[in-house]
Amino acid sequence: MLDERPIEASSIQPPQFFHRHIGPTAKDQAQMLAQLGHTDLEDFVQEVIPRDIFDRNPHLGSSIPEGCNESEALEELQAIADKNSPKRSLIGLGYHGTVMPSLIQRHVLENPYWYTAYTPYQAEISQGRLEALFNFQTLISELTGLPIANASLLDEATAAAEAMSLSFAVKRKGQQASRFLVDIDVLPQTLAVLRTRAEPLGIILDISIPSDFNFGDDVFGMFLQLPGKSGQLWDPSFCIAAAHEVNALATVAIDPLAQVLMAPVGELGVDIAIGSAQRFGVPMAFGGPHAAFFATRETFKRLVPGRLIGQSLDKEGQIAFRLALQTREQHIRRDKATSNICTAQVLLAVIASFYAIHHGAEGLELIARRVISLRVKFEDCLRELGYPLELITRFDSIEIYCNQAPKVHELASLAGINLRVLPLGSSVDKSKGFGVSFDEVSNDKELNILCQIVAESIGKKFNPLQNKTVKIEDTFSDVPLRKSRWLKQSVFNIHRSETDLLRYISRLSTKDFSLVHGMIPLGSCTMKLNSAAELAPISWQKFASLHPFAPLEQAEGYLHLFQDLESWLSELTGFAGVSLQPNAGSQGEFAGLLAIRKWHESRNQSYRNICLIPQSAHGTNPASSVMAGMKVISILCDKHGNVDLNDLEIKAREHASDLAALMVTYPSTHGVFEPKIREICELIHSFGGQVYLDGANFNAQVCLCKPGSYGVDVCHLNLHKTFCIPHGGGGPGIGPIAVASHLLPFLPGHPLVQCGGSNSIGAVSASPWGSAGILPISWMYLRMMGIKGLRKASSIALLSANYIASRLSPYYPVLFNGLEGLVAHECILDLRPIKRSSGIEVDDIAKRLMDFGFHAPTVSWPVTGTLMVEPTESESLQEINRFCEAMIAIRAEVDEIIQGESDSTNNPLRLAPHTLSVVTADEWDRPYSRQKAAFPVPALAQNKFWPAVSRIDNAYGDRNLVCTCSVFE
Amino acid sequence: MAFDFPKNFRFADSHEYALFEGDLVRVGISAFAVDQLGDIVFVDLPDVGTVLTRGTSFGSVESVKAVEEMYAPISGEVVQRNDSVLSSPEDLQNDPHGEGWLLLISPAEPAHVEELMDAGSYADKIASN
Ligand SMILES: Cc1ncc(COP(=O)(O)O)c(C=O)c1O
Repeated sequence: MLDERPIEASSIQPPQFFHRHIGPTAKDQAQMLAQLGHTDLEDFVQEVIPRDIFDRNPHLGSSIPEGCNESEALEELQAIADKNSPKRSLIGLGYHGTVMPSLIQRHVLENPYWYTAYTPYQAEISQGRLEALFNFQTLISELTGLPIANASLLDEATAAAEAMSLSFAVKRKGQQASRFLVDIDVLPQTLAVLRTRAEPLGIILDISIPSDFNFGDDVFGMFLQLPGKSGQLWDPSFCIAAAHEVNALATVAIDPLAQVLMAPVGELGVDIAIGSAQRFGVPMAFGGPHAAFFATRETFKRLVPGRLIGQSLDKEGQIAFRLALQTREQHIRRDKATSNICTAQVLLAVIASFYAIHHGAEGLELIARRVISLRVKFEDCLRELGYPLELITRFDSIEIYCNQAPKVHELASLAGINLRVLPLGSSVDKSKGFGVSFDEVSNDKELNILCQIVAESIGKKFNPLQNKTVKIEDTFSDVPLRKSRWLKQSVFNIHRSETDLLRYISRLSTKDFSLVHGMIPLGSCTMKLNSAAELAPISWQKFASLHPFAPLEQAEGYLHLFQDLESWLSELTGFAGVSLQPNAGSQGEFAGLLAIRKWHESRNQSYRNICLIPQSAHGTNPASSVMAGMKVISILCDKHGNVDLNDLEIKAREHASDLAALMVTYPSTHGVFEPKIREICELIHSFGGQVYLDGANFNAQVCLCKPGSYGVDVCHLNLHKTFCIPHGGGGPGIGPIAVASHLLPFLPGHPLVQCGGSNSIGAVSASPWGSAGILPISWMYLRMMGIKGLRKASSIALLSANYIASRLSPYYPVLFNGLEGLVAHECILDLRPIKRSSGIEVDDIAKRLMDFGFHAPTVSWPVTGTLMVEPTESESLQEINRFCEAMIAIRAEVDEIIQGESDSTNNPLRLAPHTLSVVTADEWDRPYSRQKAAFPVPALAQNKFWPAVSRIDNAYGDRNLVCTCSVFE
Repeated sequence: MAFDFPKNFRFADSHEYALFEGDLVRVGISAFAVDQLGDIVFVDLPDVGTVLTRGTSFGSVESVKAVEEMYAPISGEVVQRNDSVLSSPEDLQNDPHGEGWLLLISPAEPAHVEELMDAGSYADKIASN
């Protein structure tokens, strides 16, 4: 076989990117094929994929350009970015200008040590980001005055919806109550998402001015926005008391910068505080990604959506962090979960935490005070000019309704400034008012320009403002201010110089195992290359600085990018259209199921509410179905791991009258291409249901088969798996949905920006195109790969997984095989026989892999007691072999236990992982050598990754939950 | 692992036990269930005065790796709750048939206790799985 890497001098074109994306060389591929008894990659792939869905010629009629190298793609993307013409935005509404310190941009956002890590499932090699998230939780807890804060949610609007769901779950336990009181001053996008999430659960939103709230026994919760979208701040104590009077929970959406100076809402009695940490150093990026936060009282800690980092102890009694209360996760609660959130916004939460460490309490206060003083001076100017200024207490925002609003907007635009157009959603020439939100970037110069604009609009001359000092306390006579010192924890106080913070960031990052160190073969996670060229454009100002509600003329580059991606992803999935709005797979599932629900409704069959879900499905599937108002019926799997067709037919028939959908993962979570997928889709359609495909495993299908052409109606994709968006240590992600033409009218929309279908399900995310700011990553990937590269990538992903299955099956049985005994892009190794014969658990092997310099595969999912291995196309044969050899060496260690040569408890598996301090301690009382403990194979001498802590005690941490730093360290 | 199920205990399919104490019935979960769950970290129990219906969920028990609902083996009213397992779930872990009991119930239908499995049948059922 010819090496495809062009090496001859005669090749004039620089090599295409895909050669660098794909790990195994042509020679390696030949060797891997030989291991499987094959000689030709194409023949091999045809054996893996069921014949009746195989796409022989994905080039045919393709709109995806031929692949290229990174400079060509970057040049093209630069031209697209240049079509964006971002102005300075003072629009506010949950998105504000902020300054990401260069240190954080360079050493966190643009640092693969941080962005290529996965969710910290293997805590012993994730202490860095776990500590950073612990700091984030501490920051949020200090800000809000509530003891329990989670490690981020997808955006402020979904955080509000999570608060609503939690309140609903609490009250439902007691009495029937379905009314949720919502402050009329709520952000429009938050209200839209609350609407979308309330309807399927039968929740009634009762929207009014808080002083008019109609509290009654049918109210389960109340939602306030402070400051409101109008900018108003007020003391919510009376409302909170009234909510508690009827046993309803009180939620407040806060602005973290305002909260720096205001009395923590927790002290005013609120039960839940939510908000967005965007203005703590994260660019607006046309809507995301940004970390939302969620804080609550101790009582509700077991109902907190998303992940919570907790402190525990390791085997040596050292403090160590890990994911706490993991049984809260939908993986285990399934259809009993109140939330479906999985991937969150870890990287952005980490950035916000470092921003707070960089500034400390004093620095944050300074920013808040500066913003207020600008707002006060602008109020003075407006008053002097005779503008009708309502007498309310404000933080950073002012709204004015006046006849000359169109003129104000026109002049602002000429000065390169976007103001909020009032009423929201109206055009500039029809506008009746304008709004201004000051932010960290604002200064006196900007203020002067604004003053000039408002003066000129009414034909007056503007006198530059006197330099007056503003006493903050005077402007907040009627709202409670923060009284005591806060953020006293040492981490927020000892890293004031850039040198110190650089070292702290670096020290944390070296504790984490990321793709920088070696393969992360997590099944169902697709930990492929996140190339530098794909990542570079997200820092470009033309992408990063745009406000999501800026006039669309300023976002032409983005619109071009969306159009490219929508058409490319539609083509790859075989569907008619795509919505880029969902912020993660979980949100895609919810959006797709709602589209199905709405389609049934449009055909007067709204009674269809049964969702069939195979037992093997990811926990988000049943959780999303329940959120979409459906009832889950579980479908059995047969002994090959496939959907049990018999059971499926029985249950579909039984529910012929009320079947809404089947949710199926393909290739299945068991890592095989079920041969009967076409039949399954036909069966569901014949009973009036729709087929939802969970596209988490789409990496096995790209350019090899298309869900839209084998009978699926809607699927989501995880751009953070298949399309190279890095996992960021647990987010960001993007979970677009692709739909067949009959579902197009229902695609998600937005209250302020024209997008989505004509009969939209509403908004599922706060911003119209979700996490637009990271879409350039997937664009670069697709543009550089082209059809040829993409098809090659999927083929190698299949080859690598099968190679591993074949090499390891003599040592560990491969649990499920598909056609011809082949797996798809991942394989499940069954460790249960080992447990029976040696007592060694799957966790012991996962931890022992750390000693060998590996991140474990997925542990005990979807089958307890197994490991699921997904190598992806990006890992070289050398790395794959290194992994196989580690697994084989571990198997030999297990045999030593079985044969009695090694102690059944005091052995390197049960006591893994081994830290540097343990193996270099003066004392060593174990029956195996230190060498065997830490350097079980010779190659480790050249390249050793040390776990930061020994095995962590999960039970201790869950029984004694600590999820914020103490002040005394 | 062999389990020792006291002879005077009765067991439900879902692994709860019931045992007469005078007119009242003591309820807990079996040593087998505790073993299956692993490290127990949290127990959720109903308040005194709650009326339970046979076969419906009355609380949950959470371990590091799973969370399971517990179902009332009989109908009746909760007259006492073992608050010590709430604060130290280890009690349930270490002594499920003794210190780790959960509720004391005033049975609505005392005869229902007899309809549960006796210790021998329960042991056989577990062994056959
Ligand atoms: C099969 C499957 N479905 C759904 C999801 C949820 O996706 P996300 O984490 O993006 O919400 C995952 C994520 O790991 C998955 O593996």
